[in-house]
Amino acid sequence: MTLSLEAVTRSVADEIHVDHVSLTFIRGSLNVLLGPTLSGKTSLMRIMAGLDMPDRGQIKFDGKDTTELPVGKRNIAMVYQQFINYPTLSVYENIASPLRVAGIKREEIDRRVKEAAQLLRLTSMLDRTPLQLSGGQQQRTAIARALVKRADLVLMDEPLANLDFKLREELREELPRIFSSSGAIFVYATTEPSEALLLGGNTATLWQGRVTQFGPTPTVYRRPKDLITAQVFSDPPLNLLSGIKQNDQLVLNGAETLQLFDDLTSLPDGPTTLAFRAHHMSLHLSGSASLTLQVVVGGSEISGSESFVHVALGKTKFVLLEQGVHRIDAGTRLDVHVAIDHIFAFDAAGLLLRTPKMEFKEALA
Amino acid sequence: MTALRLEKLAHSYKSHPSRPEDYALKEINQVWQTGGAYALLGPSGCGKTTLLNILSGLVIPSQGRVYFDDRDVTELPTEKRNIAQVFQFPVIYDTMTVRENLAFPLKNRGMDPAGIKTRVDEIAALLDLSRDLDRRAKGLTADAKQKISLGRGLVRPDVTAVLFDEPLTVIDPQLKWELRSKLKEIHRKLAVTMIYVTHDQTEALTFADKVIVMSEGEVVQIGTPEELFEKPLHRFVGHFIGSPGMNFLPCTLAGTKARIGGFEIDLGVSFAADPKAKLELGIRPDFIKLAPPGVGLPVRIDRIDDLGRNRIAHVRLEGQRLAVTVPAILETGSDDLTVVFDHRRIGIFANDRRIEPDDRGGA
Amino acid sequence: MTGEARELKPYNNRAWFMVLPVFLIVAFSAVLPLMTVVNYSVQDTFGNNTFFWNGIGWFKELLDPNSELGGRFIDALGRNFLFSFLILAIEIPLGIAVALSMPRQGVAVSISLVLLALPLLIPWNVVGTIWQVFGRSDIGLLGWTLTGLGIDYNYVSGVLAAWITIILMDVWHWTSLVVLLCYAGLRAIPDAFYQAARIDGASRWAIFRAIQLPKISRVLVIAVLLRFMDSFMIYTEPFVVTGGGPGNATTFISIDLVKIALGQFDLGKAAALSIVYNLIILTVCWVFYTVMTHVENAERRVQL
Repeated sequence: MTLSLEAVTRSVADEIHVDHVSLTFIRGSLNVLLGPTLSGKTSLMRIMAGLDMPDRGQIKFDGKDTTELPVGKRNIAMVYQQFINYPTLSVYENIASPLRVAGIKREEIDRRVKEAAQLLRLTSMLDRTPLQLSGGQQQRTAIARALVKRADLVLMDEPLANLDFKLREELREELPRIFSSSGAIFVYATTEPSEALLLGGNTATLWQGRVTQFGPTPTVYRRPKDLITAQVFSDPPLNLLSGIKQNDQLVLNGAETLQLFDDLTSLPDGPTTLAFRAHHMSLHLSGSASLTLQVVVGGSEISGSESFVHVALGKTKFVLLEQGVHRIDAGTRLDVHVAIDHIFAFDAAGLLLRTPKMEFKEALA
Repeated sequence: MTALRLEKLAHSYKSHPSRPEDYALKEINQVWQTGGAYALLGPSGCGKTTLLNILSGLVIPSQGRVYFDDRDVTELPTEKRNIAQVFQFPVIYDTMTVRENLAFPLKNRGMDPAGIKTRVDEIAALLDLSRDLDRRAKGLTADAKQKISLGRGLVRPDVTAVLFDEPLTVIDPQLKWELRSKLKEIHRKLAVTMIYVTHDQTEALTFADKVIVMSEGEVVQIGTPEELFEKPLHRFVGHFIGSPGMNFLPCTLAGTKARIGGFEIDLGVSFAADPKAKLELGIRPDFIKLAPPGVGLPVRIDRIDDLGRNRIAHVRLEGQRLAVTVPAILETGSDDLTVVFDHRRIGIFANDRRIEPDDRGGA
Repeated sequence: MTGEARELKPYNNRAWFMVLPVFLIVAFSAVLPLMTVVNYSVQDTFGNNTFFWNGIGWFKELLDPNSELGGRFIDALGRNFLFSFLILAIEIPLGIAVALSMPRQGVAVSISLVLLALPLLIPWNVVGTIWQVFGRSDIGLLGWTLTGLGIDYNYVSGVLAAWITIILMDVWHWTSLVVLLCYAGLRAIPDAFYQAARIDGASRWAIFRAIQLPKISRVLVIAVLLRFMDSFMIYTEPFVVTGGGPGNATTFISIDLVKIALGQFDLGKAAALSIVYNLIILTVCWVFYTVMTHVENAERRVQL
């Protein structure tokens, strides 16, 4: 069972919602669509579900063209951001509903419903109605209904977005286990990089209707092919140093010059963007070779175990993540350090020139 | 100076509350300072929305008083309180331009046009909205709309407190950073009291100087982000703050030692605990280290989650599940590992509440 | 193409057969009679079912204000526009006002809704009869009271009295529709908006201008459109109450049409008149709709 999209394009009233998307999902795989709001995640899912037709391109199940097959004839299930259940039916009947429609035998329905309820920890709540459940339990019911159908394709559109933080955390940890016990193709849309990382599987990063990269989640995270992918897959936002590279210097857009060394000097001359994630920028000088930036602090946010320090180099703003509590007054001038081994470099077109050494080794491990 | 004082405040939606469960908000006493950044944090149904509604004047509490700047406002309607509020979803006046939106509260209060213009320009500059002043507010992005909502509160020179009701719900993760740091910046510049209601621990902890953690209608702890993280006073706080939350292991106490199943951990201090109480040892994933065999308590690894900047190992100690934060680069080499607890970071909880060590017992 | 691929051919068009009965009924009840009307409009008859070709003669006469038919038509058309304008000018603001003052929760909501829906359930001719009796000075409460107060009120002889009666009748009958539409629109406004406006110190009027009116503008468009179309086609009520009089004071196009068609049996003239009448309604609605959607689209473009 393979689902493949071939150069799928769809636009609505001159606006391109999905732009030449080609993806292949295999049976039993978990695939994350990661991108900001309006990047085309929902549009793409609607096309996969058969709710919308692409203008161009094809959707194939096991090589058969199903582009125009209407939604009712595809064996798919969908879970939405809103908790959608039948309000008057019990949890049991909610989960059983797709099976009743399919006309499956009573004993078989009972067996499958109980199995799904067990998997989603709903066994003690089967007699209640959705309104008597918490948000997390309502969404579990919706997920159970999607699973019980044994659909070939399960589409989940930001299913945790409306849940409280802790419930989200809980369910997010359980989802990989739930997914792995089913043989379906899962497609999961989210705006949050941390969610993609926790779910694992494969990730496709989306930006303005285009898939910028598709591959195993840790690889996309640690080896983005271009700047956009790295930005979509970073939270806090990716820190950027853009300028013109000349020999061993980077002349920044703000006119400051940055002295380069190590293999950074061997990058081709010309417009270059150095990029690094918040947790790779530090208040302390580590043992390894580092770029040092003289910055002004804009403020610090403390989350208990970690501190986010907002700093600025001229007009360029960065977010720095440091373990421990660091209260630094706004306006303070200080030096921050970025280990060279953690720096990405991108060319003028935003294509990757250099992968951080340490990150790559880690990804292979 | 005191911005806000809550005296014996409690609320029940029932007309004759008798049991503690009847109260949506159990009795609280609070003094909040002018210019402070406060957060009300808790899961849905914890009473934080009830408290917010009492502050904004939507709900009149069934008991107790509310004072703003030493003025009793308990029964005053919303418009008579000097507060501003930013809602979960952007509330803007569709047909007006950004300038008209910002000027609206001043115009309603009969301020002269010249004064309005100066004030609006000032606030727009502060919020980076100057370029959009003459655009229709309806066409702007969600984060710009939230800034307008905030701006409508800030333009008023008499505002005592700004209430935020989960204001980042509809904002993309990337923009949340910008908006939040903008909030901090404004808070620093204007020294206006801000009260931020949320279920998201990161938002509460990064925004506030003081976080009020609520659970089941009760304030379970008030503290700085560090205090909540390092010294949770209640099991709920330990669980709710931190991601993943604190690990809790059933234990027994013997002198300065805690016993978990067949293992003993030296605490360095002794505790005088009620022998009948349910005792638990609490420790955060961040304060546990994985170590080679023979060093600490033996564990079995269930799985390791990769969170990008670090990893969380889910292990079992004596059959109990335990989360351990491990560095991004982990050279395990073997499945037989042990864990070492940082004993200074261990908390002992009796019937869900943290107990303090015994002074004499430690000697 | 392989056989297998053809097997997957997604759509079959058999479902279209389900539409066939509707198609036949519509053809029988609307399309055929309409064609008959078009046929009549280009012919003349002296009775005995013999017709002869008249080309666009009737249309020429109809649109010429100096001819007898044209004069009648232009006068009636003017009365129609005046009537629609007046009832819109009363019903829309009144409807909004009533909707604004309706309760927002509790049993009172259901009671008001039922009361408001009552006039909408009464058939046109019954409404006409009720008001005809109501306004009579001998047995009607309204007419008797007014006459008792010394006011000269007689809808059979007084032009003004006749107009006031018909307009009151329409307002009584149809304001509820506007109220219900506006009420639905108002209910859809989230509480946060009112809360924000209170914090901003907005007056009742400012709340209406800044929040309520913009948020119900869409339903108002529908209300105006419905009320215009319906009032422009008014027939039953003036027919029952005033019979088009006094004189021709309340003779609207529809009443005139019936007079010509059934009274004088001028089928050709009547057919031409009804086609023009139809076209006017379509045109007005089309212009109105286009303008409104254009405004909305312009707004959306600003958003992007």
